[in-house]
Amino acid sequence: MINIIGAGLAGLSAAISCAKSGRRCRLISKQPSERAQSVLAEGGINAALDTMGENDTVKEHFEDTMRGGVYLADPNAVAALTENAPDIINWLLGLGAGFNIKDDKALLRNFGGQKKKRTAFAKSSTGKIIMTALIDEARKYEVSGLIQRFSHHELKDIVVDGDTCLGVVIEDSYTGGKIKCSGDVILACGGLNGFFEGRTTGTTQNDGSAAALAFSKGVEFANLEFIQFHPTTIGISGKRCLISEAARGEGGRLFASLNGEKRYFMEEKYPELGNLMPRDVVSRESYEISRRADCNGVFLDMTGLSQSVWQGKLSDLRSECIYYLGLDPAKESIPVEPGIHYFMGGINVDINHRTNIKGLYAAGECAAQYHGANRLGGNSMLGALYGGRTAAENAEDREIEFDMPQSFENVTLSPDIEEEFEKILYEGLGIARDEKSLENALEKLDKLNKNARTQLGRAMLVSALDRRESRGAHYRSDYSEKDENFRKTSISRLKNGSLETEYRDIPERSGNESQI
Amino acid sequence: MKVRFDILRRKNAASKPYMQSFEYEYENGGMTVAAVLNELNRREPLKDINGEDADLIRWECSCMQKKCGACAMLINGRPRLACDAKLSEYGDAIRLEPFRKFPVVADLICDRTVIFENLKFIGAWFEKNAEIGENRAALAHESSRCLQCGCCLEVCPNFSADTKFKGMAAAVPLSRLLAQVSEDEKKRIFKAYSKYFYSGCGKSLACRNICPAGIDAEMLMVNSNAAAIWKRKRKK
Repeated sequence: MINIIGAGLAGLSAAISCAKSGRRCRLISKQPSERAQSVLAEGGINAALDTMGENDTVKEHFEDTMRGGVYLADPNAVAALTENAPDIINWLLGLGAGFNIKDDKALLRNFGGQKKKRTAFAKSSTGKIIMTALIDEARKYEVSGLIQRFSHHELKDIVVDGDTCLGVVIEDSYTGGKIKCSGDVILACGGLNGFFEGRTTGTTQNDGSAAALAFSKGVEFANLEFIQFHPTTIGISGKRCLISEAARGEGGRLFASLNGEKRYFMEEKYPELGNLMPRDVVSRESYEISRRADCNGVFLDMTGLSQSVWQGKLSDLRSECIYYLGLDPAKESIPVEPGIHYFMGGINVDINHRTNIKGLYAAGECAAQYHGANRLGGNSMLGALYGGRTAAENAEDREIEFDMPQSFENVTLSPDIEEEFEKILYEGLGIARDEKSLENALEKLDKLNKNARTQLGRAMLVSALDRRESRGAHYRSDYSEKDENFRKTSISRLKNGSLETEYRDIPERSGNESQI
Repeated sequence: MKVRFDILRRKNAASKPYMQSFEYEYENGGMTVAAVLNELNRREPLKDINGEDADLIRWECSCMQKKCGACAMLINGRPRLACDAKLSEYGDAIRLEPFRKFPVVADLICDRTVIFENLKFIGAWFEKNAEIGENRAALAHESSRCLQCGCCLEVCPNFSADTKFKGMAAAVPLSRLLAQVSEDEKKRIFKAYSKYFYSGCGKSLACRNICPAGIDAEMLMVNSNAAAIWKRKRKK
């Protein structure tokens, strides 16, 4: 059996892929797929479908993704991702995912960091709509027995012997009963939102404990310093709420109010892509201008959008603004701020989504793949779907025996320590970082109890401290330029309880089987 | 402002339920019940209104923005998402209870597995490729928004865990399939809709205005009836 941890997009994609090839899997999640963070994905999913008459190509999708990630991504993985993207959308259309379509073809919208329309969408609820189609598809295999769901189960242990993963132990959160699940494991457990609770656009389910557990087992992590701040979020009760990039893709404009005067700062500074520069750039510019003494806030102006855009493409976004802000974005600009949205870093995987532990795979946001130093909007769902599938294609259906472990690693912290831990991380890992604040954060962190969770947090801070350059989402105010010597993957791992770090070269583009 | 939360608690399925109250002070009326539950659980130690130590409150939560359906519960007797319930809508006391139509696991958590089992039972999936088109996709979009939270089932006079009638939480996903089903497998989906929804719905419309996602269930039902019951040809 193949054991999949997480039932969001990556997990579902992996499970369906296993089932399609006749291999049985367990689909293990804390809550049903409907509650996964993937349902929050809004703006769309990228593929060079070229349905808008712009002569878009896979090559351009590849190049934009590499450039957006500031050349830290594995080019061979990105080539495979972008080449497979059109087929993935067509597969989703065949499953009846309710995309916005015309003449039986997916409509595409503009998205950040890309000059051509390449983002297929379902209004601004694309994640939810894709998830519904995949949940229905997976259900077919649940009934045939190929997918076995464990929908209220937590990961207790990843059982590793030497350099091989034997399986996992899960716990039924309704009954407390523990189950041994032997076989290959695919982690599809989402990003590290839980390290920044209340400060991200993610869910409370993604508490980072699966990642901490993997870290405690010697699993290598990569590029942990790269945390994406989305430029347009709003504060709501208990979290940040995303205002989709689609708002700008459909014509929304960012401005800063400087002594009451509107300054469309992105358009002024970047005449070509303007409001649709990659997210790292927009967030940083927004952050910088908001710090000026004469700035009364940054706003998103969507008042110029047509009635048909509001009705056909952004009706859900509009009702969200009205509900949470009491502002109708069709009539007035809304105040926005950057907020933590995505973790480019995560479990280090190769092009086949293998980790350094044999039989253990990772896909989706928990894995560091495809996005380099900064993810392009529209590439996360694509990466999750393609990554989940790739991991499943490489995983083996093998039966292994292991004994139920006698004790389990504690990867959580008490509420007050957790609060302190998260505060420290946020102080060190904001939009702009520098040596002093990172060293301060490390000093404070070292006073907390040491476990795999604090050690993984430490790895994030150390990665950010060691990378003495600015690249993508990692901006160092004391090293504000890109340095080609740092065009490397940062690696972190725990060995005998101590943190080890190193840099590794980015794989060369092989291009053997590729068209691009 | 001060508000008292009266929470119907239970350690596990077998234990006896009891009411326990907690006090919470807030400034912003936009704060939601979900955010309060998180705040209470961060208290160390958590104490009830009488200053007695209390166990952490068990409830299910994920997105905190009305998009996942995890935190559905009875709030002052009405099924709602805790993350949709702003304190400003209530007075100085708020009663929280788990749903009654599903077996309680602990505190505010109930086991909603039957919702998913029902969808398996009625065969809610495509065997063949969907037939797409602009109108079909628009209907599919609306039905895809269903959270499977169970609010509509909680209020439904015709639904219970063991009835043949599977309720609106099954009819809405079926309407996605009905909107796009190909000729080859339409009989199967038509039958599922007719047998497990249409014939059992008492048209009480209790589920009207209860959906936290604001799904236009009546519109979907009208379309599904046209397809599955009246066999009208669907506009592309």
